[in-house]
Amino acid sequence: MNKINSVNEFVIKFANVNGSGSASANQMFAKGVFRMGIPVSPKNIFPSNIQGLPTWFEVRVTAKGYLGRREGVDISVAMNPQSYSEDISEINEGGYLIYDSTWKREFARDDINIIGIPLTQLCVNEFSNPKLRLLFKNIVYVGALSYLLNIDKMVYINLLSEKFRGKEKLITPNVKALEMGFNYAKKNFKDFCKIKVKKINKTKGMILTNGNEAAGLGCVYAGATVCAWYPITPSTSVAESFTKYCQKLRIEKKCQKNKFAIVQAEDELAAIGMAIGANWNGSRAFTATSGPGISLMSEFLGLAYFAEVPVVLFDIQRGGPSTGMPTRTQQSDILLCAYASHGDTKHIILIPSNPTECFEFSVMAFDLADRLQTPVIILSDLDIGMNDFSTKEFEWDDKYSYDRGKVLSKADLDEIDSFGRYLDVDGDGIPYRTYPGTHPEKGAFFTRGSSHDEYAVYTEDGKVNARNMSRILKKHETASELIPKPIIKSSNNSIGVIYFGGSDYSMIEALDNLSNEGIILDSMRIRGFPFGDEVNDFIINHDLIFLIEQNRDAQMKKLILAEINVSPDKMISILCFDGMPITASFISKEIQSYLAEKKVQELIKEK
Amino acid sequence: MTYITKPANYHPRLKKNKLGLTRRDYEGPISTLCAGCGHDSISAAIVEACFELNIASHQVAKLSGIGCSSKTPGYFLKQSHGFNSVHGRMPSIATGASLANHELTYLGVSGDGDTASIGIGQFVHAVRRQLNVIYVIENNGTYGLTKGQFSATNDLESKSKYGDDNLFPPIDLVGMALNLGASFVARSFSGDKDQLIPLMKAAFKHKGFALLDVISPCVTFNNHKNSTKSYDYIREHNSSVSSATDFVPLENTITANYKKGKTHNVTLHDGSIVSLQKTSKNYNPENKVEAIKKLQKSDQDGKVLTGLLYIDPKSKDLNEILNIVDKPLNQLDKNDLCPGKSELKKINSSFK
Repeated sequence: MNKINSVNEFVIKFANVNGSGSASANQMFAKGVFRMGIPVSPKNIFPSNIQGLPTWFEVRVTAKGYLGRREGVDISVAMNPQSYSEDISEINEGGYLIYDSTWKREFARDDINIIGIPLTQLCVNEFSNPKLRLLFKNIVYVGALSYLLNIDKMVYINLLSEKFRGKEKLITPNVKALEMGFNYAKKNFKDFCKIKVKKINKTKGMILTNGNEAAGLGCVYAGATVCAWYPITPSTSVAESFTKYCQKLRIEKKCQKNKFAIVQAEDELAAIGMAIGANWNGSRAFTATSGPGISLMSEFLGLAYFAEVPVVLFDIQRGGPSTGMPTRTQQSDILLCAYASHGDTKHIILIPSNPTECFEFSVMAFDLADRLQTPVIILSDLDIGMNDFSTKEFEWDDKYSYDRGKVLSKADLDEIDSFGRYLDVDGDGIPYRTYPGTHPEKGAFFTRGSSHDEYAVYTEDGKVNARNMSRILKKHETASELIPKPIIKSSNNSIGVIYFGGSDYSMIEALDNLSNEGIILDSMRIRGFPFGDEVNDFIINHDLIFLIEQNRDAQMKKLILAEINVSPDKMISILCFDGMPITASFISKEIQSYLAEKKVQELIKEK
Repeated sequence: MTYITKPANYHPRLKKNKLGLTRRDYEGPISTLCAGCGHDSISAAIVEACFELNIASHQVAKLSGIGCSSKTPGYFLKQSHGFNSVHGRMPSIATGASLANHELTYLGVSGDGDTASIGIGQFVHAVRRQLNVIYVIENNGTYGLTKGQFSATNDLESKSKYGDDNLFPPIDLVGMALNLGASFVARSFSGDKDQLIPLMKAAFKHKGFALLDVISPCVTFNNHKNSTKSYDYIREHNSSVSSATDFVPLENTITANYKKGKTHNVTLHDGSIVSLQKTSKNYNPENKVEAIKKLQKSDQDGKVLTGLLYIDPKSKDLNEILNIVDKPLNQLDKNDLCPGKSELKKINSSFK
């Protein structure tokens, strides 16, 4: 029978029942491969449920560094009879199926290689505790994979020892389970599997982590002191990460008190209200949510925009609309975030593409919010937020200092005759602010969401209000120069591709694939809004542009058309909105078929 | 409507407090509320309380939601920062502000629409968290700014100015606050400054959630014959747990105005004392069960119970519960907050 033969390039998918303890074993499998020096991108494809439903864990092992999701499965570890038929149908021809052979099963396919390991039987023979029997099945298959794929067993033994440091009693049975799987595979499937992991050195300077962990850590580094949040998938782990690192790094040693405040709010409205209140009072504060939370926070976003209070907000996008697909990914909150709230509003958006950028952008977001005195939204998504990726190490320059923006101290106030909270003193649209309690006689003002003049006094004078609204718009022109520039790769081709966020991984791969087919495209990865000149120029300088998005309505295209004076005719949308991360093959096929069709049309025209 | 600035010149012999300030220094621009509005009396009580307590205005932050009541922070304490937020959401703004700097005094001003309807969720949770705030509800039983719709604190038998019957029973915010664990619960009447000012002072000195529900008649939309929030109705039905209340700051001794055996003194966190002259012999404001009973009884009797109904002088506030450092969070700098490069190196290794 045909066998897939590959070194360090494959996809392995684990099908499990959620709540069975498989996630940590699967994660350990991925980390083992990472420690062998091969980039990996494990993905947890989970139901919106706690126990009993099918859940999958897909790991792409890729020496080439293509970390986007790839269709098709080379090795399937099918641990869930509920999803057997679906799982087995996904396996590529010549691929491998690993299953629990304690019970005999017939499989409908004869073009795949079956590896039966009596996982349950092995555990029943060895362990008496029913809970451990169940949990250790997962470790047994990791042991089997270690043999089958030639992953150094010591890598897993070390991982287990690190995991259970301090709980030494657990190490021995775990290692035992690992050995059981390893030995069974060695005895019964010697040299059977032709997919191999070979130690290389492609992970130097890399770490394995996810965007939400990175974002929470970024907030600690950015000096955020207040986090107010409301639980919602897939953003919860941002607040959890912030909590974890604060508890580790932000407790004053002498008095054992906290240099942070974390409040689980009663809802998203209160969460952002608290973050705004704290920022108004001079603390760096943030909240993290997903689409439904942005809908609820919109009123407050308008207040912060109009009253010019900094606030940092993470939107870890999931599938919408409404409750939508809470455990699937999408890029469908772009328009919502760009213009959230009634009246004329516009918000600063940062769009990271990987965990490293999630760290960097979260630090940058606080500087931008303070500098521009307005909400800054970090638009991440479930895929880069919750899934681990091999990503560049986080970097920090100890010389870097926080930009707290234009804040007047008591001494500053002593120097000036009169203070106008909304006076455009410097011509960049950004006024000066004061924190409550600064000065006994000067600098107090009344923050309000109602129309106000340069001195924060209520006014119904339309001209004054229009003047204020125009000044706020000027801040956005200033902002377009401060947000991260797009990443442009150009060799002066006439066709370009625009993409952003989590599509980066698959786009890099798709561009390589297309290039191998002779289709060479310029590319631009947008990293923020408002768009700067670079975005404008890229669009103007290309005759045809593919816009890759993970939503139904081409939201980024609409935003570009609303903000930049370009013709929609040359912009071709490629849209993926099934909730799974976009793949390179999808992008390449769409582009190829569009170009082929266009060529046919041109030939017809010529004739 | 715009601000009307008051003339800056005033009588040279006006009484000054310990900070060398006069009452006028605690005022703000002229109120734009209707003449006779109860809310203006509450603003005056805030001015008086701050003057008498020698509070530096810039150490107070005024926070409000939306509505007539929420406009009032514009009319007092002109040297204080103010935040007129969105409808019903003042508690969350106050929570964030208080976490950022626990050293300031937070004065939240809200109305019955702002608190009992749109903002009831945030109110409930601010109480539950023991937010250190003075939460004044200027309770007139009506939506004034939108011209006289019923609010959720209006009584069942009450009629609107237009003759409509109120079909639903009221939400009693005082009762709710007691049940939710507020550590200072008082009710007063805007027309009774002898009771209101001492209660306001005590609320300023209390640490934790201090609710001051003030019945404040709306002269334009809810002061007619069949209203239960009118000046006349409240004067007739007011039943106070103490006939007089006095607030004695830390530095003063209690003057023996009260007859022995009829006063109840409560010592606050900083040593200040609230002194109550009791109308009912057994009423003890430190007994929550008694407060709830008394409140229910007076409801049954059609009375509006006023005075300091409950106080827990030993309560912990949100900042203490969260174990926050003494130095205000907004004064911590990069050295306090940023773990730096060497720590990041360790964190990076934990991801390998």
